[in-house]
Amino acid sequence: MKLYDIAHSRAGDKGNTLTLSLIPYKESDYSMLCEKVTAEKVKAHLKEIIKGEVVRYELPNIASLLFVCQQALSTGVTTSWVMDAHGKTLSYALLEMEI
Amino acid sequence: MKEKIRVGCGAGFSGDRLDPAVILVEHGELDYLVLECLAERTIALAQKRKLQNPQAGYDPLLERRIELLLEPLLRKRVKLITNMGAANPQAAAGKIIEIAKRKKLQVKVAAVVGDDVLTSIDPTAPTLETSQPLVTHGSLISANAYMGVEGILEALQTNADIIITGRVADPSLFVAPMMHAFGWTEQNYDLLGKGTVLGHLLECAGQLTGGYYADPGKKDVPDMAHLGHPFVDVQADGSGMLGKVKGTGGLINLDTVKEQLLYEVVNPHAYYTPDVIADFTSVKLMQHAQDEVKVMGGAGQSKPNTLKVSVGYQAGYLGEGEITYAGTNAVGRATLAGEIVKERLRSVLPDLRIDLIGQNSVHGNAFHRNEPYEVRLRVATKTSDASLAALVGEEVEALYTNGPGGGGGVRKYVHETIGIVSTLIDRQLVKPQIIVKTS
Repeated sequence: MKLYDIAHSRAGDKGNTLTLSLIPYKESDYSMLCEKVTAEKVKAHLKEIIKGEVVRYELPNIASLLFVCQQALSTGVTTSWVMDAHGKTLSYALLEMEI
Repeated sequence: MKEKIRVGCGAGFSGDRLDPAVILVEHGELDYLVLECLAERTIALAQKRKLQNPQAGYDPLLERRIELLLEPLLRKRVKLITNMGAANPQAAAGKIIEIAKRKKLQVKVAAVVGDDVLTSIDPTAPTLETSQPLVTHGSLISANAYMGVEGILEALQTNADIIITGRVADPSLFVAPMMHAFGWTEQNYDLLGKGTVLGHLLECAGQLTGGYYADPGKKDVPDMAHLGHPFVDVQADGSGMLGKVKGTGGLINLDTVKEQLLYEVVNPHAYYTPDVIADFTSVKLMQHAQDEVKVMGGAGQSKPNTLKVSVGYQAGYLGEGEITYAGTNAVGRATLAGEIVKERLRSVLPDLRIDLIGQNSVHGNAFHRNEPYEVRLRVATKTSDASLAALVGEEVEALYTNGPGGGGGVRKYVHETIGIVSTLIDRQLVKPQIIVKTS
């Protein structure tokens, strides 16, 4: 099963830092996501993209996770030479993860 | 003191649609309309326009937005708060007065200035991102401090119809009218934290109402061509009810709100604005009715002693060229085309970015699937020299007659790049001032 099947995500950017939310469609899947989708797993899954540290925040009140990924946007939005300088499409790269 | 105010957000970035704000004013029964139009880089670009023309430097869509909104705003008694002043709020206010006079409308406009700290900033101050002195990045073009609510509050007290700012933290555009209406003080950190949550939810406009959310078959959103932009009914206790005008497209549900709550947040325990360090982890959401979500919680404890300054610098040029290949062995021909360009430019541009759009251009090769039927080669470079940057497009274009078979649809671009880095400044050094003009 892919994350895509049970959860959704939005990517955001701050300088060279990428933020990825992970939100289960069913709040009852939250604890399973906490268990399976660790910061290490996200870093390994996106190793071609994220060069720095990944920190995971848990938000039980809204049953959501947030991954904050350092050095992930090829020098940052304003000076990047990649197609998607904001990393806006990367939410769907996260959702490709098999669990 | 009021018990409730309704604040709408009719634009979430400079290039946003024009019509949702008009619908909000005409049918939203708003007290305040906010238009958030200033991204990190926008102000540096505006500063460059101002250098060429002292009357320029405000948002390029200001005139079109005001032409549409001015009469309904005044008729419906909705106050407008916007950062469309960009690098030149004073000139923006003057332009609004000019439009009002032509339309024979009475309007009072307050410009909030004081964010421009280019002359007072220390160029050897460390950059937050790299710890290197600011000047090492390149020639500095602009330096704008993120101001908080102070200037907007003062402008609200003048009873201005329109308040136009330069760089102000996005949530402050929303928190200021809440403070003004409910008598919250600058030390009511818990309430400011709650208000900041609501401001953060609204600041990207359509991103709360189903925009940037839809995925057909999985997350369906109705009538996105007519997406309604959001408003919030804020209570004096800092709780809010999110909604949109009936009959508009889009949707508001727990999922759209969760996606936006966490958007661009780097620490949900400590979301920094000039007004408050807000906690987003205590936020609770409840679907109240169709397209209505109640927002409770959120908190704040203090405010930072320093303000963030966004510094724009000359970062050279981005040169790009693109060409498409299709049919059997499209990937093979595109790959060969990229190798040819690389070899041709090796001596002058040893560092080239080669992408196959449709195959690996945004997520790399980790998620590679079957070969696409068509693929677009993109070659890019970054260089301090504009003519070198242009060489990339020229070489890609020359593939027409010198490269692999069947290449088509060449586009070439050279863009001047403005880099943005950040530094901190003592907040005592940033003094907001207001300039009031009437038609």
